[in-house]
Amino acid sequence: MNLTGAQALIKSLEMERTEVVFGLPGGCILPAYDPLLDSTIRHILVRHEQGAGHMAEGYAHVTGRPGVAMVTSGPAATNLVTPLCDAYMDSVPMVAITGQVARSAIGTDAFQECDTVGITRSVTKHNELVMDPEELPLIVRQAFHLATTGRPGPVLIDVPKDVLTARIDWWWPTDDELLASLPGYRPTVKGHPRMVREAARLIAAAERPVIYAGGGILKARAAEALAELAELTGTPVVTTLMARGAFPDGHQLNLGMPGMHGNYTAITAMQEADLLIALGARFDDRVTGRVDGFAPDARIIHVDIDPAELGKVRRPDVPIVGDCRQVIGEVVRAVRALLDGGEVTLPDRTPWRSRISGWQERYPLHYDPPVEGDALKPQFVMEALRDSAPEGTILASGVGQHQMWASQYWRFSEPYTWVNSGGLGTMGFSVPAAIGAKVGRPDRTVWAVDGDGCFQMTAQELVTASSERIPIKVAILNNAYLGMVRQWQEMFYDERYSEVYLSPDLPDYVKWAEAMGCVALRVEDPDEVQPAIDKANAVDDRPVVIDFRTDAREKVFPMVPAGAANGDVVVHPSQATATRKVVQ
Amino acid sequence: MRTPHHHTLTVLVENRSGVLARVSGLFARRGFNIQSLAVAPTDDERFSRITIVVDVRETDPEQITKQLFKLVNVVKITELSPADAVERELLLCTVAADADTRGRVLELVRVFDGGIVDVGWNEISVMLAGEPSKLDDFEDLVRPYGITELQRTGRVALPRVERQAPRLRTTGKAS
Repeated sequence: MNLTGAQALIKSLEMERTEVVFGLPGGCILPAYDPLLDSTIRHILVRHEQGAGHMAEGYAHVTGRPGVAMVTSGPAATNLVTPLCDAYMDSVPMVAITGQVARSAIGTDAFQECDTVGITRSVTKHNELVMDPEELPLIVRQAFHLATTGRPGPVLIDVPKDVLTARIDWWWPTDDELLASLPGYRPTVKGHPRMVREAARLIAAAERPVIYAGGGILKARAAEALAELAELTGTPVVTTLMARGAFPDGHQLNLGMPGMHGNYTAITAMQEADLLIALGARFDDRVTGRVDGFAPDARIIHVDIDPAELGKVRRPDVPIVGDCRQVIGEVVRAVRALLDGGEVTLPDRTPWRSRISGWQERYPLHYDPPVEGDALKPQFVMEALRDSAPEGTILASGVGQHQMWASQYWRFSEPYTWVNSGGLGTMGFSVPAAIGAKVGRPDRTVWAVDGDGCFQMTAQELVTASSERIPIKVAILNNAYLGMVRQWQEMFYDERYSEVYLSPDLPDYVKWAEAMGCVALRVEDPDEVQPAIDKANAVDDRPVVIDFRTDAREKVFPMVPAGAANGDVVVHPSQATATRKVVQ
Repeated sequence: MRTPHHHTLTVLVENRSGVLARVSGLFARRGFNIQSLAVAPTDDERFSRITIVVDVRETDPEQITKQLFKLVNVVKITELSPADAVERELLLCTVAADADTRGRVLELVRVFDGGIVDVGWNEISVMLAGEPSKLDDFEDLVRPYGITELQRTGRVALPRVERQAPRLRTTGKAS
């Protein structure tokens, strides 16, 4: 079968069972858009290429399948850099296809030419410039394989225009041909048996163990294995920002989110633990606080599919390279063998459990209820959204205060219901990511919780959502500020507010959302919260935006100040007692 | 004088365009310092070998190796400490050598087992291959005469071969 490069590209995407491509055409990628007309693949026309990238990420977050974004060369490729970096930091499987100028024009500073593979080299797991049209099917197959195996991540394919118009004899590489073409890529999946036994021995002997569950649990689809390990050994679990939903919040062993704005119990349990079982987590600085003060008495079991994570921040006592689901299963069997063999019995962990419940009782999440005349409390809005959410609702968020409140106040009951930008902290993530999530899971309600600062960065994608009939719901916690920056200026810069005020009504979010084809509501009073949410939940034929006017003075607590150790966590001022300093 | 605080990484990579950029880009991105880097084809045209010398006082060689191995085009990495490796480097240099000094320069070249690759009216060009420390010594000794050009390749290395003779086998292939 003789095909053009463009036809081969689209056929390759079909071979990889691509359902949807998020993209925007332009000069160099034009040839690929023609065979797309004849394809079963759905194309979603974005309004800005960054939106295509975040939609692909949102799709990948909720489906576990690689999101695909396709854009043209030059400025379109550079607009894709932020989502690529975001996906790289959060290990999101994604395949990006960019157009490139014709091979003969590469290096001549041609119109809309840029060195896409050079620019994206450090923000992709791998990238490839296709110089031989015959290689196109192989490179697409490699891209999907690389994006979804090992530590997942974004892979970019840069395709010159004349490669798209060249003719090739169609072929599709076999598994053997694929593996032979990647001689340096063989991710380790199975844990080292000796290390697995050693891990089991430490787990069975620990008096104060904590499971530190990271995003790798979700990437490895290991939520069930995690629950089995936790329940078998009665070990409490903290779920990082990237792992929210990996273990149900309603489970009595779940201590919630650790880290800079984690809850007191999660932070303190890690800090006081004698054993940390890090599963698909990477000891991020937002989790550890000051590294040399982090979990000082804990021995570390560290399981990750990426060998470079083991020992990067904290040297583990038991390093295990492997797939989380596989390795946890192996550890569970090894622990069982120890217990069943009667060699060991679990130590009495009642004192540990009672210390933990003591912290939980003393320092639950807290905000002061509003007094007459106060603006809406953002935490109250989050609680109302949570309590009204239909079962299985997917929550997306941007980056900042609203993101922390979303993670703190939502109650996640199942995996793949949380879509967020953790590592890169990309403002503007939530609207396009929520659209991608809704495309991936049209059966679910998708709420995007956003800040007013974030919303202004990518709101144009609501036009995409309206025209493509993707009915997401957006709750703007509009405090008229870059709230997290404002919080730092209040706490650490003597309340000298520098360039953080945005205005509550410029733009007019209701008019703006309506202009983009959405149902739009404004809520200023606590009594209006529930009716507005109910109305939003009832709309299913177009996007909805609610502009919640919230209290700008609210700060996110608890907080471990930057550079402080986790032992110095600052709780809400109302919870602080004489024995705890409010600000270190 | 080179210190012994280096390790040599021999990195077998796929022979594709952009691979060297990936390797050097990784070093820049992660803040790893390179003392020297040499690239050459191997006997198999599909692969090239990059020999990288890193200062282990500045960076954990384990982390460098692991990060390098994440590059899809990196096939194999061998990390060699000086004790485990045979290391060689090539030096080319042009030295001032007039009628008065020529004899002494030639004598130095002879002592170091070097070769003369070019001769001019007032200068000679010298080639010297050997252990990097030997090249350092030569450089120091020849410098007073006046070096006008000097280039070194950076070191290449191979692991030391097995010293212990295998037990004699009574059956099997003779080799």
